[in-house]
Amino acid sequence: MIIKFRPSAYKITSIFLLIFFLASLITGVAAAQGDDPAGPSADEVNAIARQLFCPVCENTPLDVCATQACAQWRALIREKLAAGWSEEEIKQYFVDQYGARALSEPPREGFNWLVYIVPPILFVAGAYILYRGLRSWNQVDEQLEISSASEPVDDDYMAQLEDQLNSSRK
Amino acid sequence: MLANLGYGATFITFLVSIYAVAAALYGLYQKKPNWVDSSRNAMLLTFPLLTLSSAILLYFLGTHHYEVEYVAHVTSRTMPLYLRLTAWWGGQAGSLLFWSWLMSAFASAVTLRKWDRDREFLPWVVVISSVTLAFFLALNIFVENPFARLWQFGTTEVVKAMFPPPGGFLYFPADGQGLNPLLRHPGMVIHPPLLYLGFVSFVIPYAFALSALITGRTDDRWIRITRRWTLWAWLFLSLGLVLGGRWAYDVLGWGGYWGWDPVEIAAFMPWLTGTAFLHSVMIQEKRGLLKQWNMVLIILTYDLVIFGTFLTRSGVLSSVHAFAQSAIGPLFFAFIGITLTVSLALVMHRWRDLKAEVQMTSLLSREALFLLNNLLLMGILIVCFWGVIFPLISELVTGQKVTVGPPFYERATGPLFAGLLLLMGIAPLSAWRYSTLKTLGRSAWKPALVSIFVPVILVIQGMRNFGAIFGFWLIAFVTFVTVYDFWRSVRARSRARGDHMLASFWHLLTTRRRRYGGYIIHLGVICMSLGIIGIEIFQTETQGTLALNEQISLGRYSMSYDQLDIYDVEDGRNVARAVVGVYKDGQRIDELYPRRDFFYDSQQPMTIPGVRSTIEDDFYILLVDWEEISTQRATFKVYHNPLVKWMWIGSWVFLVGTLVAAWPDKDPAYNTSSKRRKVRAAVKV
Repeated sequence: MIIKFRPSAYKITSIFLLIFFLASLITGVAAAQGDDPAGPSADEVNAIARQLFCPVCENTPLDVCATQACAQWRALIREKLAAGWSEEEIKQYFVDQYGARALSEPPREGFNWLVYIVPPILFVAGAYILYRGLRSWNQVDEQLEISSASEPVDDDYMAQLEDQLNSSRK
Repeated sequence: MLANLGYGATFITFLVSIYAVAAALYGLYQKKPNWVDSSRNAMLLTFPLLTLSSAILLYFLGTHHYEVEYVAHVTSRTMPLYLRLTAWWGGQAGSLLFWSWLMSAFASAVTLRKWDRDREFLPWVVVISSVTLAFFLALNIFVENPFARLWQFGTTEVVKAMFPPPGGFLYFPADGQGLNPLLRHPGMVIHPPLLYLGFVSFVIPYAFALSALITGRTDDRWIRITRRWTLWAWLFLSLGLVLGGRWAYDVLGWGGYWGWDPVEIAAFMPWLTGTAFLHSVMIQEKRGLLKQWNMVLIILTYDLVIFGTFLTRSGVLSSVHAFAQSAIGPLFFAFIGITLTVSLALVMHRWRDLKAEVQMTSLLSREALFLLNNLLLMGILIVCFWGVIFPLISELVTGQKVTVGPPFYERATGPLFAGLLLLMGIAPLSAWRYSTLKTLGRSAWKPALVSIFVPVILVIQGMRNFGAIFGFWLIAFVTFVTVYDFWRSVRARSRARGDHMLASFWHLLTTRRRRYGGYIIHLGVICMSLGIIGIEIFQTETQGTLALNEQISLGRYSMSYDQLDIYDVEDGRNVARAVVGVYKDGQRIDELYPRRDFFYDSQQPMTIPGVRSTIEDDFYILLVDWEEISTQRATFKVYHNPLVKWMWIGSWVFLVGTLVAAWPDKDPAYNTSSKRRKVRAAVKV
């Protein structure tokens, strides 16, 4: 038996297949997220180590660095945790010992504030310049033909005409 | 003897480059075309000369000539031939020569094109390409010489010099130090050349842009000439970045592919300006707008390419002292400073000529949205650049060293990337010149409506992370917009011409390569976004020490420690290889072999993960430690990386899209003129 689909049936089926596919993928993610993994002490150590950088292995977080020096740092974190230190106290200990570079971000104080405020200031300034530029350009010509570029027409002819108009403008 | 020949060929190429600059300028100002032709020939000569230099270096690398310091530094007897040869770009001196060789190849290729319609560009393209080439060759000749040899005095003192120092005799070490183990991987064989191909290719559009500025030919001719160059450059750079990520995922052993390391960011920055440029040149071509901005973008891209090349191999930005002690650091910064100043001065000089031919008429037109896209890309660039140089500034000003790590970049760039994704969905729906909320809404409502089902399903399934839900909605929205646009265009053509849908699809791809190639690239980015959201938001990990046959669980997965073998291999490694069983929902589904390689020559370890990869997730296992001799207990670190495979799938889609967009036309000149003839006829009718 041959089942004939109407075009609309095709479309609806395709859309739902796509949604089903995306959702089933992501549902897997949600399920994995929902399980609470057991938390051995190594995980507690890594949770703090992840936020620290040793001075020798630049740009490698402490939790994934394979060097002996970093293994010793991790052992130190374990000792501190066993001694009842909090996460903040342990991080502060490393800052006191090795300086602010031990943290994954500069502390929010003094000169370091610049790292946090300069990018948003520049971005907002750029957005403001762009907005002013667009406003000054914004002279809507009512005579302009409104045509959506994604209209479902075979617009070879329009594209060719546009090319022609563009070339004649030069 | 051969080393002298290699060095001599490099030195002669340097002189030839300088001659090319002088001859082109002399011919230009004295109006003597023969001199311009001579400069072109000189440019062409650089390629065979540098090929000779490179061939000699490759010979040394391949045949254990450890008296050459570079060879001793980056190779060893235990390295296989393919790794010894690819060590050409494994160290600073060799990679600079590789850069120059690529530059000479591209500059030669571009000088071989037909210059009939743009003769005035030729001398300036030669000048700009040759100045760039001469700079890199000067670094090789005076600072980082890959042909320098080792000379011995007495019994212990060994110095590095090109020519024999008085009293010195050639020193032949028995073996080399060998390449950093992390670089001994197939990914590292391909990743740097692709990155460098991207870097060097961007010099060509820059050379044409500056030629246009100098000659005053400020129409969009330079953009049309370099359109495909730019696309290829962008493709190579993109693939270089993706392969770098893949290498990090497979070799660095930290469960991810992108660590916001300054070296990664240095390669990412020219990609950002290049992407902005690719979008904004379309506005210039279609509407005659943003000429000044396009010039600024290509200039920035060029200087970021130089900055990236410098940072990729030197690492001197890690501290003020390293920078001050580095011989090439100040030279690179001087070159970047000079080229940036001169280029921007030229833009200012031509500012009036570069004014727009028309005005932007709508805040929602496609050109306005492209401009917004540029703003977001520039926002990401600012974050990246500032994050990379801030530690240096902090150390200079306060004397305090700081780390600007992943949390800073992720927090600052996350919303900007989301904005880019949203624009990817909206911009294709808006029209050039004029769009309103009404026209946009008319095009967008169907895909927007359908996309809402995705977050609804996710919430019903129990997902509560707002960022992830929003991200997945964005992905669904852009996917539906893009697929819907494809569908409507294919259906329209199929109905109008009575063609089969597949034939109509093929026709669209082959006749509107740029547009539909761009859409395919967007689909690739969407796939990659799926991978990024998966790993950034949902990655989980655990670590545990297991006795033989014990298990450790993570979500629905668990792994069992089955066996550990420790043995030496011929290429100078000591390998500790674990055999682990992988279980999902209690069922054994796979067996993996995470291992730790220890390289005797460099005394460095390398952690190779065992990975079970599906489109749903990756189960990624690292062997962290083990009990020596008995091997009864071993420590494993386990990651669950949801959806990360879509990162790599997306890069393939991305590649296909760029190939579609950049594929050369059969005869563009003929096609354009024939099209115009048809249109003229149609207009007359």
